[in-house]
Amino acid sequence: MEATLFYILAAVLLIGTLLAITARQAVRSIVYLVTSFFALALMFYLLGAPLIAAFEVIIYAGAIMVLFLFVIMMLELESPEKLAKPHFKNWLPALLLAGAVVGALVVLLCSRLQAVPPGFTEIPVRQFAFALFKQYGVAVEVVSMQLLFALVGALYLGRRR
Amino acid sequence: MSVPLSHVLIVASLMFAMGLGCVVAWRANVIMMLIGIEIMLNAVMLTFVGGSAHWGIADGQLFSLMLMALTSAEVSLALAMVVYLHRRKQTVNTDQFDSMKG
Repeated sequence: MEATLFYILAAVLLIGTLLAITARQAVRSIVYLVTSFFALALMFYLLGAPLIAAFEVIIYAGAIMVLFLFVIMMLELESPEKLAKPHFKNWLPALLLAGAVVGALVVLLCSRLQAVPPGFTEIPVRQFAFALFKQYGVAVEVVSMQLLFALVGALYLGRRR
Repeated sequence: MSVPLSHVLIVASLMFAMGLGCVVAWRANVIMMLIGIEIMLNAVMLTFVGGSAHWGIADGQLFSLMLMALTSAEVSLALAMVVYLHRRKQTVNTDQFDSMKG
């Protein structure tokens, strides 16, 4: 049951991402990406990470994508007919790189290294929080400083002159 | 859940390849390049969470939380820069930002 759900979510994720990167308008691309991020959040939940799933919905689909949407609508980009869609010439190196990644994947799957036993263990929020604040307390401080620097930098870049 | 770890890694690497292709193909548009970076970072987060669930250690989930904080900082700065550049040149086409070209 859970495995079936996982494969359905994987299909939604990959198709949504594919539609997002080939969309003609940036707004449509953002909406497709929000769909695929919701699928990704459910996959995180299935993988036993409920906190990360909640943060994915709140921060990624809720904040970052809405920020993108705000900026795209604020900039009043030129009409979509004038927005240059990449030609086949531009897609060629992208297809080459993606093909290299997929080829490496195929080679890796054909070599059959060693079968790791399937099965995932759920990590309770208690263990997560214990590791976060006991073991990685310095990292939390560093991240808070980083967010402060980003805030100051964004204010500096966005000020009127 | 009875999904092998390799299937999670396959999904993540396909998503990463799509993000890479998005960055390379849309290299004339700053906003689509940022979207490609977002896709790649999410693929990496899926890898971390899959590994964390497989080995039963919370470190992978912790690192994906750090990655989320990193991404929010990066996106806020990058979009502020996009707004600034658009105010100066009225475009998001990267080919127009060539004032440092010798």
